Order: sequence, then C-alpha cells, then structure tokens
Amino acid sequence: MLTDLTLTDAQEKLRSGAITSVELTQQHLERIQTIDPDVKAYLTLTENQALAAADQADQRRQQGDDTPLLGIPLAIKDVLMTKAVQTTCGSRILEGFLPPYTGTAVQNLFDMGVVMLGKTNVDEFAMGSSTENSGYGVTHNPWDLDRVPGGSSGGSAAAVAAHMALGALGTDTGGSVRQPGSFCGVCALKPSYGRVSRYGLIAFASSLDQIGVFGRTVEDMAVLLGAIAGHDPRDSTSMDLPVPDYRAGLTGDVHGLRVGVPKEYFIEGIQPEVEQTIRAAIDQFVTLGADIREITLPHTDYALPTYYLIAPAEASANLARFDGVRYGPRQSQGAMWPTYKATRGQGFGAEVKRRIMLGTYALSAGYYDAYYLKAQKVRTLIRQDFDRAFEAVDIILSPTAPTTAFRIGEKVDDPLQMYLSDVFTLPANLAGIVGASIPCGFDRAGLPIGLQIMGPAFDEPTVLRAAHAYQHATDWHTRRPTL
Amino acid sequence: MTTYEGVIGLEVHAELETESKMFCSCAVVDSTSATPNTHVCPVCLGMPGVLPVINRQAIEFGLMVGLALNCEIPEFSQFARKSYFYPDLPKGYQISQYEFPLAINGWLEIDLPDGSTKRVHIRRAHLEEDAGKLTHEGDHSLVDLNRAGVPLLEIVSEADIHTADEAEAYARKLRAILRYLGVNSGDMSKGVLRMEPNISVRPVGSDELRTRTEIKNLNSIRSVTRGSAYEIERQSAVYESGGTVQQATMGWDEARQLTVVQRYKETAEDYRYFPEPDLPVLNVSREWVEEMRANLPELPDAKRDRFISEYGLSRYDASVLVAERAVAEYYEAALNAGGDPKQVANYITGDVFRQMNTEGRDRDDIGVIKLTPTALAALVTLVQNGTINHNIAKKLLEALYAEGGDPVQLVERQGLAQVSDTDVLSQAVAAVLDEHPDEVTRYLGGEEKLIKFLMGMVMRAMRGKADAQIVQGLLVEQLDARRT
Repeated sequence: MLTDLTLTDAQEKLRSGAITSVELTQQHLERIQTIDPDVKAYLTLTENQALAAADQADQRRQQGDDTPLLGIPLAIKDVLMTKAVQTTCGSRILEGFLPPYTGTAVQNLFDMGVVMLGKTNVDEFAMGSSTENSGYGVTHNPWDLDRVPGGSSGGSAAAVAAHMALGALGTDTGGSVRQPGSFCGVCALKPSYGRVSRYGLIAFASSLDQIGVFGRTVEDMAVLLGAIAGHDPRDSTSMDLPVPDYRAGLTGDVHGLRVGVPKEYFIEGIQPEVEQTIRAAIDQFVTLGADIREITLPHTDYALPTYYLIAPAEASANLARFDGVRYGPRQSQGAMWPTYKATRGQGFGAEVKRRIMLGTYALSAGYYDAYYLKAQKVRTLIRQDFDRAFEAVDIILSPTAPTTAFRIGEKVDDPLQMYLSDVFTLPANLAGIVGASIPCGFDRAGLPIGLQIMGPAFDEPTVLRAAHAYQHATDWHTRRPTL
Repeated sequence: MTTYEGVIGLEVHAELETESKMFCSCAVVDSTSATPNTHVCPVCLGMPGVLPVINRQAIEFGLMVGLALNCEIPEFSQFARKSYFYPDLPKGYQISQYEFPLAINGWLEIDLPDGSTKRVHIRRAHLEEDAGKLTHEGDHSLVDLNRAGVPLLEIVSEADIHTADEAEAYARKLRAILRYLGVNSGDMSKGVLRMEPNISVRPVGSDELRTRTEIKNLNSIRSVTRGSAYEIERQSAVYESGGTVQQATMGWDEARQLTVVQRYKETAEDYRYFPEPDLPVLNVSREWVEEMRANLPELPDAKRDRFISEYGLSRYDASVLVAERAVAEYYEAALNAGGDPKQVANYITGDVFRQMNTEGRDRDDIGVIKLTPTALAALVTLVQNGTINHNIAKKLLEALYAEGGDPVQLVERQGLAQVSDTDVLSQAVAAVLDEHPDEVTRYLGGEEKLIKFLMGMVMRAMRGKADAQIVQGLLVEQLDARRT
C-alpha cells in the first residue's frame, strides 16, 4: 500500500518514476473512504482538486520538474485559509465559508505541487485539547476509537497516524500540534514564533499561534518545515532569517549534546507509565552519548494561568470580526444588536464563549493591570527561565502531555482538567521557542506516549537532529494502529 | 450676571493622503465618489487570517505633522487594539495608538483677529485606521469599506482655547499646515478632515473645569466657529438660569445653526485597549526624525515672516498671502517674473481675489486661473512704468482673468497704452472746456469739485487712455487761464 510509505520514501519513488502522484493520491483517497467514517479526521475532502493537482504534478515531473514536495498528498488543518475551499475553523459561525485567498504557508506548498487531500477537524477556533469542541463532531483516536486524538489539531494528527495523509499541517497555540502528536503516536513540531508566516492562519491568540507540521518520521517533518518556513512580508511578526536545510542537519549524532531535564515537568498527577517511558527515553539519550543534566524552570507553575489570561484576551479581540456582517451565516433579527447577539450566540460553541468572556474580563478597565498586564510580566519571567536554561543546555526533554489519550467525553464537563492536558506544552508558546513531540513508547492500554523536545528560538536544526537521532536508535515511530 | 468663558479642546481627525491604506496595499481614494467596496482587499475587509503591515509613508506623514506642530517624537511608539462592535469596523477593533503615540507635547501659534498671537498646546498626535461608511436606507443599512483602513492622524489639543474666534484661528492654522505638508486636502465637506471641539464654560477668572460637551459633524471651519460660539452661549445660559450642563455628544444642525443632543454619555465606554500583537513596536530612530525635519517645507509662519522681511509687506498682507500654500506660491512666481512685491500683493489680495470670489472659486485654486503669475507681473509693470493707467489695468485684469493672454500684447493690439502727449491732451482739454461753458463758469465761481466732472469728460473723449495726472495739471492750468 502506497499509504504506508513515509513522505521521504514517497518522494524517492515519485522521483524515480516507480509511482505517480495520481496513484499515490488515489490510494490515499481510497483509504480515507474506508477508514475515515470511523476516525472522522477530515471535515472537507477535496477529491477532485486533489486528483487534478496530482495529475498536474505528474505532468510537471515529466517535464523535468523535481521540486521536493511535487505530488505529495497532505492534509491541512481547517484553521488555515484555502481559497474557494470551505474553511470553518471547526465553528458553525463559518459554516459554508469559502475564503477569497490562500494563506502563505499553504500557498507555498501549493506552489511546490503539494496535493491537498482535504481539511481536517479541529476544536472550534483551535480552542481545546481533544477535538470534542468542534462544531462538526469529534475525531476518534486511530489507536482506540473510543478515545480522543488530542487537540486542537486532532484531525491532522489522526489522519497522519491512520495513513490518510503522508503528512499534515497543524497549528499550535498552547500545544495543539504536540499534544495530538503524542496522543496519536506521530511526530509533531511547533516551530519558533516567527519561523512560519501566520498569514492565512485564522487567529486564536496572535502572540502564541504558530503553524506546525506532522509526519510519521522526523525526516518527514524536516522536509515539511523547510517548505513552509521563512519570512513573509505579509506577516510583520515573521522573522527575516535564512531557512536552513533541516534535512541535511539530521546527522544521527548527539554525542556531547547537553540535554536538560526540568524537575518541574515531573509532577504529581502525571500518569506513572508516562513518567517511566520518558525516563527510559532520557536513558536512551545517555546511551547515544548525550550529556544529561537536571535543570530548573522555576516559573513553570505559572504557565497555565498566564496562558489562560493572554490567549483568551487576544482571542476576545481576534474573534470580534465574526459578526455575520461580511461572511458566515447571519441570524438576522432586524435591528443591529439583536442580530449581532443571535449570530454570535448561535455561531460560537460553549468553550469559545467561555474564552471570549475570560479575555474580555481580563482586558476590561480596572482589571487590565491585575490580569493582562501581570500575565505579560509573568510571561517575561517564563521566557527568562528558558533563556537561562539554554545557557547550560542545548535541548530540554519532558513528557509532551501528562497522560495518554483520554476517553471521549471524559473531560468535556471539566474545563480545568482539560486545560491541564497542555500543562507541559504551553510554556514553549509563551516563550516563543521550538517544541517537538515524538513517539517514545506505549502505556499498558497500547496508547502512544510522546517525548517533548524543546530548543531555543530558531534552533529547529538541533531539536530535529536530537529527535532524529533518537528515532534512528528506536522503532516506536514505526508502530501503527490497526484499523 | 456672571460672565463666562469657554474652555475648548479640539480633537482633529485628518486622513493622510498616502498612496495606500494604513495596513494594506489598497489605494486611498475619494470615498465620496468611488464605487462602494471597490478599493478593498482581505486585509481591510477583516477576513479571517489576515495580518496588518505598517505603511511607512503614513508614519512619515505623521512625523511631518508632529514636527510641524513642534511636538516631541518619542523613540518608542506602539499600536494597540481598540475594541468595539459596529458594522463599519470590519475587525471589531480599530488599530490605533494609545499608550505610546507618535508625537506628544507640541504647540501651534494662532493669529487672532485683533492682530495678537497665542500658543495652543498640542497634547498628542497618533496614528490609527479609519472606519468604513454606513448609509441608512429605509429599514436597512449599507456598508462601504473603501474608507476602512485609510490612515488617520488624530491631533488632540489641550483645552487652551477660550473663544470661538480662537477655535477658528486654531482650525485655520492647523488646516493650512496639513495642506502645506501635502498630507491632507483640508476638504472638510468630504470628511477627510474632521474637527470635534469639546466645550465647557466657566466664570471668567476661575480655573475650574465643568462638564463638557462634544460637537460632531462640523463640515466646515465656519461651522466650527459657529458651533463653538453657540455652545458657549447655550451653556452659559444654562448656568445663568440655575441649570446644569449634561455631558453629551452634540450634533451641529447646519440648517438651523444650532447644536442638538445626539446622545448623553452616562458611562464611559470600555474599549479594552491592549498592544496589537500582530505588529512589532515602532522604533523611531533619531536619524529618521532628523531626515523628516530636514524635508519639511517652509511652513506658513516662517513664510509670513520672510515675506515681511524680504518683501516689506505688512503683517496683514503677508498673513493673507501665506494662508494658502497655493497663493504664496503664485505670489512668489509673480515676483520671479519681475513683479513689484507690494504691487503684486495688492493686486492679488484685491482684484484677483475679487474675481475669484465672483466666480465662486476657492483661494487654493489660484494656481489654475487663466491669469498667470507672469501675466500679473507684466500688468503690474505696465502700470508702474506708466504705459497704462489704473482704470485700464483693472479692465485688462478682468480680461486676462477671463481669457488669459499676454498683457503687453493686449495693450498693443487694442491700443490701450496711456496717452501722455501734452499737445494731444492739451487740445482735448481745450475742447472739453469749450463744450461746457456753464461748468467752467461755475468752477471759476468756486464750485471746485466740478473739476472731477470735467476730468471725466476728458477721459471719455480719450476713451480712458489719458494719463490722469497730466490731464489734471492741464485742466487746472487752462481753467486758471480762463479767469478774466
């Protein structure tokens, strides 16, 4: 089955002429038809567009074009704008919305000849850790269909895990690629803030959002990251720094690499098998010749409350544009205010409303200093924790999430428990640094466990090199769910 | 009875006439004439996923205004989000500067009708984006977003203004500076320049600050003056009758020439400002500021002072000439063509402005009238060297204003040159005196004002071209000769 190939293997086979993009795409579409009714990773399938793109890719290749991602079928998270292809953000407020433009990262992929299979399910406006907050139904974890795939990029993670795409784009505001990567047993990378253009990423929290990638191997992620990274004049927060050849940096060598293990990330409440597995992964790094040190990130405890002030505050403004005036369904009530209230009241789900209320409160006159401004100051302290840590170490290892995938419905009525799923991933967003998650083992129920690797801002090469070296020495990433 | 004085601050919104909008590449167009929603893109429509990019030219225009208003330019400037819901605001928030504006602590010297001057302090000038426009039709409203995202500079004065005349002088001077800088057309009727006075009154001599009202929709400087005067009078009357002024937004009713309450402000709105995370902070380097300062054009006050010292004009004439950049440029073009500074000034502020008023033209249109600065200079020279007299000059100016052309050629072709030949004039005078024996007798009997009638008769006989001074001399001489 061509769907079992890794992205880099598929690249080689396309290049050698052993397969065509049309074959590759067709097999993916067939697998989606078979499997996705159970997994529900995709919200929108773009079969015709995919086959046309595949055909075009094959023609380009016949004419000698050898663009790296030419003809590679991928899945795109439904928070990324795709021209004339329904983009909902998992929200009823954008039901039927056909964007007038394609965002920069996706357009870069299209220009390289990537085949988009479809748009994947998300927690509404990327707010959630399970995809249960989607306005269009929950996605199921391919390892156990009764469990969540994580979130908010649960659809993309599940699609890659279930071989319904060779790779995928997701977005990560507080762990939204790494945590579902961990739950679904695939590789996930959140690049440094400013590494990938956010133009066309429907904003949740502008100072935290970043587009990330999913792959079944670190090598696949390196290729995908190289394709979307870089400065974009349309995004003033994207950095004008050269994009390294990420794949070329995967030497397999971590001798002497200084690896930090933060004591604050091994806390009470962590699932024992998760801790054991992470400890074993750390030992593997010792075996590979890395230099392991215990470190401290003293403000880690404050990351969760800090995040839940800053992210909702930014979201409360970012989501103000969904008013039914220019796009999206309008619940007309005649007069202006009743129409606004009905449109937003019916269009947004409970979690989105909860965060808009939190953010509006945090920004209100008289509360701004105590909440939003204070949170920004704490954010600086968290960033300084990492700055100090990275003076002594090159990367930091931790669990990606405190538990493996939980059951569907288990946490929906307890938002605070749900928020805790991201307790280890939020700090990287607050600090703007690199964070990856790679499979490193399974719990007794056979559910995947993810190892988080964090690195300094714009040091994606070191994080990828470490992840790749680990993967080179282990085979966790080769295990696949049976569906 | 207590005498009250006004306490007025002016909030001015000036659209900046940059090539593109504040945060996207859409063109800035005349939103009163462009087809609705034709100069829009995903960014200014507030589509999901879009991001703003700062327009450098807008920053530079803002810096120029800040410097022209003698402001300090902080090194650090920042945009923020100002949140409120309204259908003309696509994102649900306006990107505006809040805590860290582009320019602060400036002043503007204003010229008052009695010839004195006064400094009005400027609190701040900050950049933001304009909203779109709503048109209400029956039971629905239409949204036009051509204007959404146009750069807007908000210039806020301190409450240093105490009378309607001062408010007018401030408005005029500020408008002139914006036009001199070429950043705004000053066309208040099109809404590209919007002035909102906030007004309270207090007993003269007191320094208390009472409840204020704000006047909106003033679409001319005249309405700024009248609205301010009306509001000062209204509030004074309220206090005088024992009442209290309520905080309110007033609208100016142009037809009835009075202010009407639009809404009372009971609670302050909460805009939930916070720094705009999509934009980096703006570092305004000292080099950039100095570059902008060096590029500033000569501003009205400096030009006025130069006109006084260089051309010997009165302060009044100089002020009139510099009030519009186009007039000052026309004036200096006429001087470059050889015109006498004082005479050219007199003709512009007199006959030229009169012609333009009659035609209903604004003074800033002076650059496009048919009477060119070169022609005006030539006309003045013809008068000065005695080729034509003042009456002919007046008629010639009217002809040149209507048709254009070269005054020297016109004088030649139409034979308008002044007749100064004493023999010719002497004969004409003799003939007139012969034809009017009664008037001559009465003149000689002491009715000396009749000389004007006789003068008119000579001029008529000479078809206006006689040198009036010579005729005057000849008349006196020949009349004397007729005394017995």
